Formats: sequence, structure tokens, C-alpha cells
Amino acid sequence: MPEQIQTPPAIGDYSPTRRAFQLAVIYIVGALIGLALAIPTAIYLLAAPRKHGGTKWIDAGDVTQLPIGTPVELNFQESRLDGWRLVTEKKTAWVVKNGDSNIVAFGPQCTHLGCAYHAENGEFICPCHTSIFSLDGKVISGPAPRPLDRYETKIENNRLEIGELKRSDA
Amino acid sequence: MTAQNGMGEKFKQFLEELDHRTGLHTGLGKFLYEEIPASSGWHQIFGSVALFLIMIQFFTGMMLGFNYAPTPGDAYSSVRYIMTEVTGGRIMRGLHHWGASMLIVIVVLHMVQVFLYGAYKKPREATWIVGVVLLLLTLAYGLTGYLLPWDNRAYWGTVVTTQIAATAPVMGPYISRILASTGDIGVQTFARFYSIHVLLLPPATLLLVFFHVFLVRRHGVAPAPGDEIKPKKSFFPEQVFKDTVAVFVAFAILFVMAIMVKVPLERMADPTDTAYIPRPEWYFLFLFQVLKVFEGPLEVLGTIVLPTLAILALIVAPFIDRGKLVAVRQRTLALGIVLLAGIGWGGLTIAAVKSTPPQTVASSIDFAGPTQWMEISAPELAGVGYFRQEQCGTCHNIEAGTTAKSGPNLLNTARRHDADWMMAHFKNPAAATPGSTMAPVNLTDAQLKDVQALMLKLTPDNAEVVDTAPDFAVQGALLYEKNSCGACHAVNGIGGKIGPSLNGLSQRRNEAWVIQHFVDPQKMSPKTPMPPYKFGQPDMGNMVNYLFTLPVRAPGQ
Repeated sequence: MPEQIQTPPAIGDYSPTRRAFQLAVIYIVGALIGLALAIPTAIYLLAAPRKHGGTKWIDAGDVTQLPIGTPVELNFQESRLDGWRLVTEKKTAWVVKNGDSNIVAFGPQCTHLGCAYHAENGEFICPCHTSIFSLDGKVISGPAPRPLDRYETKIENNRLEIGELKRSDA
Repeated sequence: MTAQNGMGEKFKQFLEELDHRTGLHTGLGKFLYEEIPASSGWHQIFGSVALFLIMIQFFTGMMLGFNYAPTPGDAYSSVRYIMTEVTGGRIMRGLHHWGASMLIVIVVLHMVQVFLYGAYKKPREATWIVGVVLLLLTLAYGLTGYLLPWDNRAYWGTVVTTQIAATAPVMGPYISRILASTGDIGVQTFARFYSIHVLLLPPATLLLVFFHVFLVRRHGVAPAPGDEIKPKKSFFPEQVFKDTVAVFVAFAILFVMAIMVKVPLERMADPTDTAYIPRPEWYFLFLFQVLKVFEGPLEVLGTIVLPTLAILALIVAPFIDRGKLVAVRQRTLALGIVLLAGIGWGGLTIAAVKSTPPQTVASSIDFAGPTQWMEISAPELAGVGYFRQEQCGTCHNIEAGTTAKSGPNLLNTARRHDADWMMAHFKNPAAATPGSTMAPVNLTDAQLKDVQALMLKLTPDNAEVVDTAPDFAVQGALLYEKNSCGACHAVNGIGGKIGPSLNGLSQRRNEAWVIQHFVDPQKMSPKTPMPPYKFGQPDMGNMVNYLFTLPVRAPGQ
């Protein structure tokens, strides 16, 4: 048999209404304090930190030097805020020039599981699970679920400027 | 029997089985239905409030830890990140900062209540002594936590405290060794303060609080004379109700403070700052003031001997006051001691506040607020002055996403127009922009160039400067431009190279020197070609304050 759970001893002239009122206050005030802490905490943990500015354009090189139709791996440096710290890191883009004003820069990771891919015989091939992409980023074969991601690009004074990496649609 | 009743029965049975296995419910019942003396009431709420505030400190401390980097430099950047970037970060730090102050107040009130009522008397001496140790731990949190934001206030406050600790007879050198404060305050001292604050003190607090509450339960809540013949009360819900109301009041005050009252964050710790006036947290000010009374070889009296005697007096109080328990109204000596201590503490604190000179303008800038204005050039900052003076903001917005005014938003103007267009537009808006209803800007070419510089500079990231640059800096920049200081000097990388760059001036000279140099340059640096500038007030003050708030290094260098 489980032990009998205790009930409060009836003491003095403590009326049941008074008791009910005190219980209500304890639970309501307790819930209020909990809520007043939970809401700021949820905001603190879940809300995104303040966003800074718009797209920052990074110079990635002279477009006239790029060969037409052959992918080139371009490296560039990006400075960004990592939380409270300004970090400068090396970034890579696979750049395909189809014409003087038509240049595409792909993100360097396979859309399957993020492996680095390489260009071979006019295709992009991922070594991990042999996903194959065409030079316009479309999936030819393999497990990759969506085309390669593309960087925003613009050309100013024959310099290629690279912006944000945009996730492709499936 | 209805289905609902069946469910209810099942749930009750589940609880009973759970209690059989864990004892949780019976245990809670034993804890809550404790009998307390008839005289118990509102005067005994402070212990619960203190415990609640300790839990708030633990919780908010952990939350701050999610975004905090415990090394000098990064510590500052991450606290600033919490204050300016993280949503809700300001409240979280506010709760922790003001919670600390509030905890000190409540712990002291708790102690005063126990002292006034003589509740420490036999057999409750151990409860009292553990309480005294807990008070010391609370103060240790304050002392170590003070360093963690790593701003100038934290750094210089800690320099003073560690030097005080070093004056302790015999122990001094060892304490300095443990705190790694024999030389400069740096990474090691920081690591030790951090470790004490977050690794050592919290488990010690938990253990002692547990022991303290255990002892309260062991001896029962202290009765008043005459309680023996009266029927007892139950802790729950009668006393818990009172405690809850008190906790709510304390929490409401804390919450409002966390939202409304600014938590200071000064500029990053600067060991070379010679103008900084260190001062401790408000609850240590009285000690700070005591030190002024004792000088030379007597100093150790104020730093070590008196505080140690005070702590010892607290510890032995229950062994000295051994008389029979009497009603609180008859404890006049205890009341006298409390009043005397209160007056002494209050008097010393007021004297300390009154005798500390005000911090310099450069030292009191709030780095938890926008500081972009410090990083733009003098022409751009003067441009802010003209922008305000000409009330450009009546027709133009300079922030993204705000409701449209009659003129276009001036963000990214530089993308649409070049410098020449802007000048033409300022002088004759209708000619540069057919159909524009803007009135020509009534400024000289030199002044318009400053506005132009600002317009070319504005981006969504720095547009706030127009609203947030403090007036002294804007006035300083206007004066700077009016006197063409930029022909010879550079500010934030922009300007002439004949004279030295003015970034870092605050590191090289003090304010008095700079003022003298303005009035008679050759007297201060004999070979300088700089002409004298006999600025009156408030111009001189604005100019010097402006120059002293410039970043030590020009941005990007």
C-alpha cells in the first residue's frame, strides 16, 4: 500500500476562504513571475540579433581574365561579424563565364551534404556521393536535392563583385 | 462512475504510486506543512526574497553566459554585443546587474531583522554564522563580478580592490599571488575573478543556503516570547502567501529597473588612462570613504583591521547577547546598534558620493548605446550639426522603414547622386531637381561641404549618428571645421598631415595641457607652427571633450 498523502493540519481559526484566497494568490503570482521571466528569456534565446546593413560587395577579380565556358575556382576574403568578433575568412566560389555580362558564381558546397565539389570535363562532381551538376548548376545525377547555390554578383568596371550566397530552390 | 471520474481516480492512483517510489509528494508535504510559531508573519519574509533573488542571479548569470566570452577584450566586446545587438540582452543584463544590488539590500535587511528580534540566540548560533558567511559570499560575488564587463570602471575598480587586499598584514602577498595581481591586472587576474564568480561561489552558495535552511528547519522558526501558549500556524499556505507577495514586490521593482534604468558600460578597460577616477559599487562606497580617514601606516586599520573586526563582531554576536529572549520592543540596545550602523553607513556613503569629483565627459559616455558618431570624420560630424541647425529632418528621413516625409529618404543618397550634384542641389534645389519644393540651404560653401560629406557617408549602418551624436561632440566638430583644424590635423583618418593625428590625443596629453596648448601653443611645444586659439566657454570645453572622446586609433587602422 502507498503511504497516505498528508493533508494540512487544521490549525487555529484559519478559515477555509482565507486559505483558498492565499492559495490563489500564491499560484497566480507564481505564474506571473514565471511568465515575466520566460518571455524575455525566450526572446533572448530565440530572437535574431540585430541585423547590419545590406549586402556587402567583395571584389573577386578581373572578369576579362576569365575564360568563357570553363569553370574557375575564385578565392576572395570576406570580413564579417561573428557575434561580437570581426573575422576575416577565405571564401571560395566556382565562377562560370558565359559571356561578358553573364557570369554565375556558385557556392562551393554540394547541396546534398555540404561536401566541396570540383569541376571535371565540363561538369561539377561531388566526391562524397557522386552528385553531378551541369555548368548552370542543375542536378544531372546523384542524391543532391536541389541545384547549386549561387552568390549574388555584379560587374563594375570589369571587376567581379560577389555578394550574399542565396539558397537555391529545389 | 463517469469516464472523467475514472480518469481522476487513475491520476490519483498514479500520484500515489509515484510517491511510493520517489517520496516527492510526502517530502514536499513535510516541508510545506511545517508548524511555525503564532508570532510568525511579515517580518520574516526577507529570507525567502533573498533565496528568490539568488535563483534569479543564477538564472540570469547562466543566460548571460550564453553570449559572453570570458577573456579580457572579448569580454568587453561580448557584453557590448549583449547590450546592443542581442534582442532582450539589455533586460537580461539589467536583471543580473540590479538583481545583485537588490540581493545585497535584502540580505542586509534579513540580517537586521534577525538581529533586532534576537533570533540568533541559543540554539540558533550556527544558523546565524552560516548567514554571516553567506553575506560575505554575496559581497564576494559583487567584487568579482565587477571586473567581468572589462570596461574602464571594472578595470580601475579592481586595481584599487586588489591593492587594498595586498596591504593585509602577513596575508597580503599571498592574496596577491592567488589573485595574480602582483603586477598589472590582466588575463590571469581576470581568469581568477571569473572562476571565483562562476565556478567557486555558486556551488558554495548552494551548499551553504541548503545548510542554512536545514538549520532553520532543525531549530524551527524563531518564536517570540509568549508563543508557547498560542496555537501554532502552518508554513503553507499562510507564511508562503506572505513570502510570495514580498517576492512579487521585489521582482516587480527589479523588472522595472532592468527595463528603465541604464546599466553602465563604459569604454573598454584602458590601463594607460590617467584621467579615470575609479570608484567602487555603491555598497562598498562606505569602505572607500573610511580609507580616507586613515593615512600612511594607519591605512591598514581602514583596509583590513576594521572590516575584520566588524565581521568578527557579527560572528560572536549570539555568544555575547545570551540573555533571555524578550519582545522586539524591549530590545532597545539592538535597535540602537542597528540605527548607529545605519547612520554610520549612510553618512559615509553620502560623504563618498559628495567628495568624488564628477567623471570626465569622455569617461562617462555610454558604450551600451550607439557610438557610431565617434568614428566619423570631423566634416561629417559638423554636417550633423548643420543638418540639425537647418532642420533638414523636418522633411527628410534618414532611417530605413520609417514613414515617408515630404522629402525623399536620404539614406543611400550617395548611390543616386554624386558630390557635385549635391552641391548644386543644396544651392538651388529646383534647378537641380525640377519640381522640388525644397528651399535653398542657406549655408556657406565650406559649410555645405560638411553636409555633403555627411550625405555621402550615410548608410543604413551609421544613419543613427544624425540622431545620436551628443551635442558637445557636434559643437566641437563645428568649431573644428570653422577654424579649419582639418587643414593640418586628421580625425579618424581624414584631414591634413602637418600636425599630429588627433586620435589618441587623450592617451598622450591631459585636458589641462590641451587647453593651455590652444591658448599658447609655443609655450607647450616650442617649435609648433600652430597659431593660438583663445576659445571661450563653452567652446573650449566642447572642443576638448570632442577631441578626448575620439577613438584611440582611427577606425580601420
